[in-house]
Amino acid sequence: MSSRRDEILKTAEAIRWEVGEKLYDRTVEAVYEEASRIASRAVAVSGQKPRFDFERTLDKLVTNRWTGFPLMFLILAVVFWITIEGANIPSQMLAGLLLDTIHPALKSFGELASMPWWLSGFLFDGVYLAMAWVVSVMLPPMAIFFPLFTLAEDFGYLPRVAFNLDALFRKAGAHGKQALTMAMGYGCNAAAIVSTRIIDSPRERLIAVLTNNFAICNGRWPTQILIATIFLGTLAPPHLSSVIASLAVVIVVVIGIVFTFLVSWGLSRTILKGEASFFSLELPPYRPPRLWQTLYTSVIDRTLIVLWRAVVWAMPAGAVIWLVSNIHIGGVSIAEHVITAFHPFGLLIGLNGVILLAYIIAIPANEIVIPTILMLTVLVTRMAGVGSGAGVMFELESELATAEVLRAGGWTVLTGVNLMLFSLLHNPCSTTLYTIYKEIGSAKWTAVAAFLPLSIAFLVCFVVAQLWGAIG
Amino acid sequence: MSQLTPEQCEACPINRDAKLTRLGLDVSSFDYVIALAGNPNVGKSTVFNALTGLRQHTGNWPGKTVVRAEGAFSYAGKRYKVVDLPGTYSLLSTSTDEEVARDFILFGEPDVTVVVADATRLERNLNLILQVLEITDRVVVCLNLMDEARRHGITVDDRTLMRELGVPVVPTSARQGEGIVQLLERIHQVATGEFVTKPRRVWTESKNIKNAVDRLAEKIRAEFPNLPNPRWVALRLLEGDQRMIDAVKSGELAALAENIRMRWQSGEKRMEEANVVAS
Repeated sequence: MSSRRDEILKTAEAIRWEVGEKLYDRTVEAVYEEASRIASRAVAVSGQKPRFDFERTLDKLVTNRWTGFPLMFLILAVVFWITIEGANIPSQMLAGLLLDTIHPALKSFGELASMPWWLSGFLFDGVYLAMAWVVSVMLPPMAIFFPLFTLAEDFGYLPRVAFNLDALFRKAGAHGKQALTMAMGYGCNAAAIVSTRIIDSPRERLIAVLTNNFAICNGRWPTQILIATIFLGTLAPPHLSSVIASLAVVIVVVIGIVFTFLVSWGLSRTILKGEASFFSLELPPYRPPRLWQTLYTSVIDRTLIVLWRAVVWAMPAGAVIWLVSNIHIGGVSIAEHVITAFHPFGLLIGLNGVILLAYIIAIPANEIVIPTILMLTVLVTRMAGVGSGAGVMFELESELATAEVLRAGGWTVLTGVNLMLFSLLHNPCSTTLYTIYKEIGSAKWTAVAAFLPLSIAFLVCFVVAQLWGAIG
Repeated sequence: MSQLTPEQCEACPINRDAKLTRLGLDVSSFDYVIALAGNPNVGKSTVFNALTGLRQHTGNWPGKTVVRAEGAFSYAGKRYKVVDLPGTYSLLSTSTDEEVARDFILFGEPDVTVVVADATRLERNLNLILQVLEITDRVVVCLNLMDEARRHGITVDDRTLMRELGVPVVPTSARQGEGIVQLLERIHQVATGEFVTKPRRVWTESKNIKNAVDRLAEKIRAEFPNLPNPRWVALRLLEGDQRMIDAVKSGELAALAENIRMRWQSGEKRMEEANVVAS
């Protein structure tokens, strides 16, 4: 058999002399020439083209080295501000419906049906409340943020952002297209991991995967926004508080970008050594976005799918929360045991035992971190008159009430700041980790993707806490 | 003139839209496979959505489709499976996302390859069209973004283009849904063999090269009877492509093509999963 294969190669060798050298170059050239000839026959361009000039002016502005970055952050700040301001009222309405109306109804139904207390507690206080919380906290900001993001994407702004960041990424030894995958990460880290396929070199792709976590996904915004509003927004006069809160979130985003560069730089000089490869990024034309279609698809396809995933993950987490706070060992619940054990270490890094336990329970879904923290805080401080008992996640009518609970739990501005930093830097959620494992196919790199950000998060929080203590 | 009812319109043979049923994700049984290829960011996913009724994510940046998406529609009594491929500038490149597109066109044996082209950047898009014409006969060119071309004062003569290329050329603005019915009709004609294409073959235009490629392709076909594209392999061998030489020498070529086919057939589930995550 192999002789026939050899013959093919021999024939090819012989014919190659017949057809002459450099056939590859000649065929490619022939294609280019023909393409140019056909195009010149079929295409006619009329004299005036004002649109091109408009685009050029706009491009000069958004990709200029002096105006590009400020414009980028301004757009980001405005988007966050609209999200924070706009999400408030629908969030409260949903909470009123799901938590204040349906939840008591379910509880009284449980009593009517004479369910045992542990069953109704497990189902309605654990599983249902977790789900309801996720819906009321996540749905409004997502329904506002996703359409805005999609509009910018449809318009053609994203590749300009990539263009602006490209030089920085190259200096960090990473691929310029990482800017695009990072932008996807602001929607969902798991989706962004899949999108790193646009990066050809395995080395640069790994860097993009390992640092994608520093782009806060939609599951982490509610945390960022809420904590920024409670601890930083309240430091400012009321009419400025939402502006200050959005600025704080923008700063967190910027810190995330800085860490993306630092870690990319560190990786490309240590375990993932190599030079950045070149690529061409085409700046597509600006296209007027289709408003209604964008609204429709981003609500139906992005918001509802992400929400559905959050709900699916929140329900088992809610069940776990209820269980750890209701199963007692030696008269004290498992939750309290763990919190007491974690507390000294938590304080050392400017957090507390409650936050650490909440992050362990909430590994499947970042969006349930805040409700878990509130519930555990009440459990530990045994506040009278707030909350509804062990293992019940609840929502408080106003942010001030939330702040009160947290302050009673020993929270300070430092705890708030460090929680925002920890939420930004810590390990990716389990969905993202699973996606990384599927995409890269290596348990080792998946472990690095989990523990590298986690160690950075601990380190940064520790340093901030120590500095804070030294100054304050 | 008497009033027409909607029922009469739907029964009318001129109303081609009525022959279209969007089947979404139901790719269970099909008569033809359609591949959507083209440069990045020319609106392939938008055309895909218009054909299948699905809402594959679209956005104005190159590289957003990284996995193959599949959908289906039925038109004039035939069921079509549509495969949306990642954008590619050329069939000669080696990057992983572009490989997906190239492998499918080469070895996935689609019944019709629809090359979606950007009417505002025709010359660059023609490079890919000409390369695709080199390896398959059944091609329909979808000249997309006609609305944008009009806005920029660019007119493209689709009939000249059709004469030059020897395959159907359909001007469309997929975002507005313009030209989709005409595109469907052309796809149908090419798939059923009603329209016989005479593709322009630039590389093998010279008798010399054509003979050489044919002779070598004949030998390759004898050794690898199941290989869908012996002419392409022959051309790459003549160009001295080391990867292709190695694949022939070790006999891996047959396995390679077979693997790709198998992957396309069994890969459906994996791809769907990836889509759910990506959306």
